[in-house]
Amino acid sequence: MDVAKQGAARVGDDPLNGIDMAEAGSVTVDTHEAHGHEAHHEQSFWSKYVFSTDHKMIAMQYMFTGIVMALIGGYMSYAFRMQLAFPGESVPGYGLVSQGEYNALVTNHGTIMIFWVAMPMLIAAFGNFLIPLMIGADDMVFPRINRLSYQIFFISAVVLIASFFVPGGGFGGAWTAYPPLSANAQYNLTPLGATFWIVAVALEFVAFLLGGINFITTLMNSRAPGMKMYDIPMVLWMIVIASILFMASVGPLIAGAVMLFMDQVIGTGFFDPNRGGDPILWQHLFWFFGHPEVYVVLLPAMGIVADVICTFARKKLFNYKLILFTVFATGIISFFVWAHHQFVAGIDPRMANVFTVTTLIISIPIAEMLFLYIATLYGGSIQLTTPMLWALAFIAEFLIGGVTGIFLGASGADIYFHDTYFVLAHFHYTFFPIAIIGFYAGITYWFPKMFGKMMNEALGKIHFWGTIIAFNCIFIPLFILGAAGQHRRIYNFQNFPDLAGLQDMRVFATMALIVMLAFQVVFLVNFVMSLIKGKPAGKNPWKANTLEWTAESPPPHGNWPEGLPNCYRGPYEYSVPGREEDYWPQNAPPDTAPAE
Amino acid sequence: MSTRPIATTRSATGIPTGKLAVWWVVGSEIVIFGGLLASYVMHRLGHPEWAEYASHTNPWFGGINTFVLLTSSLSAVLAHHAAEHGDGKKAAKWLVGTCFGGLIFICVKAVEWTIEIQHGYTITANGFWQFYYTAAGLHAMHVIAGCVIMLIIANDARKGLELHRVELIGIYWHFVDIVWIFLFPLLYIAK
Amino acid sequence: MLQGIYEFIKSIFAPIGDFFIGSLVPVGSSFASDIDSLIALVAVFVGFWGLLAYIAFFFLIFRFRRKDGQRAKYVTGEEKDLKRWISWPHAAIIVCDVVIVFMAIMVWYNIKQRLPEADATVRIVSQQWAWNFIHPGPDGVLDTEDDINTFNELHVQEGMVYHYELVSKDVLHDFSVPVFRLKQDAIPGRVMKGWFKPTITGTYDVQCAEMCGVGHGIMGARIIIETPEEHAAWMSQNKGQLASATTR
Repeated sequence: MDVAKQGAARVGDDPLNGIDMAEAGSVTVDTHEAHGHEAHHEQSFWSKYVFSTDHKMIAMQYMFTGIVMALIGGYMSYAFRMQLAFPGESVPGYGLVSQGEYNALVTNHGTIMIFWVAMPMLIAAFGNFLIPLMIGADDMVFPRINRLSYQIFFISAVVLIASFFVPGGGFGGAWTAYPPLSANAQYNLTPLGATFWIVAVALEFVAFLLGGINFITTLMNSRAPGMKMYDIPMVLWMIVIASILFMASVGPLIAGAVMLFMDQVIGTGFFDPNRGGDPILWQHLFWFFGHPEVYVVLLPAMGIVADVICTFARKKLFNYKLILFTVFATGIISFFVWAHHQFVAGIDPRMANVFTVTTLIISIPIAEMLFLYIATLYGGSIQLTTPMLWALAFIAEFLIGGVTGIFLGASGADIYFHDTYFVLAHFHYTFFPIAIIGFYAGITYWFPKMFGKMMNEALGKIHFWGTIIAFNCIFIPLFILGAAGQHRRIYNFQNFPDLAGLQDMRVFATMALIVMLAFQVVFLVNFVMSLIKGKPAGKNPWKANTLEWTAESPPPHGNWPEGLPNCYRGPYEYSVPGREEDYWPQNAPPDTAPAE
Repeated sequence: MSTRPIATTRSATGIPTGKLAVWWVVGSEIVIFGGLLASYVMHRLGHPEWAEYASHTNPWFGGINTFVLLTSSLSAVLAHHAAEHGDGKKAAKWLVGTCFGGLIFICVKAVEWTIEIQHGYTITANGFWQFYYTAAGLHAMHVIAGCVIMLIIANDARKGLELHRVELIGIYWHFVDIVWIFLFPLLYIAK
Repeated sequence: MLQGIYEFIKSIFAPIGDFFIGSLVPVGSSFASDIDSLIALVAVFVGFWGLLAYIAFFFLIFRFRRKDGQRAKYVTGEEKDLKRWISWPHAAIIVCDVVIVFMAIMVWYNIKQRLPEADATVRIVSQQWAWNFIHPGPDGVLDTEDDINTFNELHVQEGMVYHYELVSKDVLHDFSVPVFRLKQDAIPGRVMKGWFKPTITGTYDVQCAEMCGVGHGIMGARIIIETPEEHAAWMSQNKGQLASATTR
């Protein structure tokens, strides 16, 4: 790694990187580069695995917490889907589902899957793991804040799970927690569960604010020498833009969470119409965050898919800058669409027209982004490895999620579809590709880097096809049920004579869910088996360009102990004409290229 | 931590990392207070009767606190000035002075709230008072947190360490000050 | 003029809407077919473009699968002749969006922003977890002696334009009648006004479509749409009294 050493030695000379040395740290660059990480050889179990400040370990902590929470969320969906398919019967492995428990299960399934699965796995786990590695840095700029962020996140997860075991049981007022139901124990009958829920959500926001500030500043300031704006891998752009969107949108909801908490505990009436409050205010605060939140989790998944597609199509990303501009456009417009969740919620009907227009406008950059991804395949040399299958499946499934959103954004059609299973199927066709398919694309792609072993391809493909087919079998029937007028969060449809007859489809969807959950065992087995006896991966098993592939697998503490790499070109220079290799790592100096 | 990661020493934007982060913190705080104050303003516009409730606040207390906070911001500026010239001891002194301003602010607030609560204007009294206590309380918590951080930084600065942090806490303190500049007219003056 | 364009576009898509949504849920109100047609229009538009995208997607995967000795092309995506593959669909989407927005707003305006002259007004009182319906009785006026108050059972007459006054006693509820394609949240402290005009007879579901607590899953009612004769008979039987719930 002579190249990398040269690069690292240059750090001190670089005018940009040399700036503010006196302010930022008391050690000089040279001694730092040479001895920075040698003091860390001996670490106890606690300081290595639990109280680590190493970005890779924090990423693992986030990822495994996310996986555990995903299993809990999946188990919840199993329990309530069984209740819908076989109402009133005891669910194997759960028992009888009471009405209150049913509501608590659907509420916390949603909450967990978005705040404790999609966010930690996509933003925090991949963000923490990839940002320093992809920009050629040895860690985040605030390692201890990073650790604090995970610790707060962990506490928030514990508080949420604890909410199920307090007197009264878990909160059952839907993940949107509309007051007055959520604000008043007399109505929701879960005095402690509701409070635990709001405290857990607020803590989670704080954790991601801290993490987000770290991500943004790290990407802005700690890039490898030579890495310009358009040399940043797309996945990092997307994670960081997602963090900015989160930061800009969550504030009002944090204020709202404080108000809701005080309504619950102190007895104020911010959202209580009997005391001058306004229940609709919460909906605005919630959705002002809630809609950008969709893009907060979507963007990291899109970014992962971009990197995977380029690697396995051996292609440059189709019009990098245009993709970036569509991301900016999406991010900005996403702040002006929130009320499309509230068309029939009692807002001024004239406002619905404005939000119909903005909602359909946001379809333009998102569709364009998908077109650009599809166009990236043009002229490629496509290799259908497991990560590539997941990435392609993301595009195929998210397309359905995207186009069904148009029905709901069109105010007139939403009068009928609002709060039906059509909405439910629509957002599962967005969130499932995002949180689950996006995660699998990322983990199967970066597993060799994370753990130094290759995953088993055959098991990976079995897992892929089982999951994808079962997923579609769950949710396509739910679109039909939604179109037939079946509304959400209902304990037992036998209470509604017009809907009782559609039971076969509910049973089918539930069976498909069980099949899909069963296929996740294949993944867990593959994960553990590959960890134990997978083939050694080497530094760059996929022949990819980005900087993380120049580090050892798994990267040691400090990532590049022999010196940090430099960057000389964009991340997607695959199949460049005139070069022998069909890839061109970002850290390879230009003079190594054959002169043509 | 024996050594810092190299990542912390880089500055691709030319802005020191700490300063960049503080500005992002301020940005995220602006939306938190923005959400709360926007909710308050919406309610005020929808409830003309709240003007009557607001008339029971005492602008003298608010005015004194505005003066105290502005003065403490000046002290934070002087601390930054001293730190820029490498005079850690002097910077620490001005920081402690700023803290003292924060302390006076909290004490005035305590007296003010005690009087108000004794008159029956509690947080659950009505819509206006719940916003009054929530917004001012959230702000007061920022004042307290700022004071604690400032004392830690002053302790370092006294020994000549981490002088760049004097500016960072200054930025934060000015922000807390500006929030009060918005709160004061909205809660005390608008009647 | 706008209404004319609207009616013309609607007439194209009405049969499709009737076929897809109408086969799942009866078309029970004057505006149900408007919503069905809008859904059909969106379905045709996104279905067509979605299908094209899928064809391109799978064709590219197949056409450019890995072959030995064949390298991928080096394409930046900024070439003019390639960019039009993005810019043309982009323009097509904008055109489709404009049509969808126009139709959506027209439908919305007719249902939620306009309030046609009413033949009668019903008051709908929601609470955890039941519906109370206050019918105006034979005199057609609310808050008079002959009002009929029912529990989880709403009686209306086919072909009459009804206004509703929707209120809630406790938390948010949502008055949803799938056969009417109608949905409106009830908010404590407010009176939500709207209208509907039944066009068929029969007995159908009324749902609560907003999470309202433990009993949300059982908060249903029935709407009974009667012919004028039946409705008159029902009214004369029950006028001025608290009618007992006959179903459920």
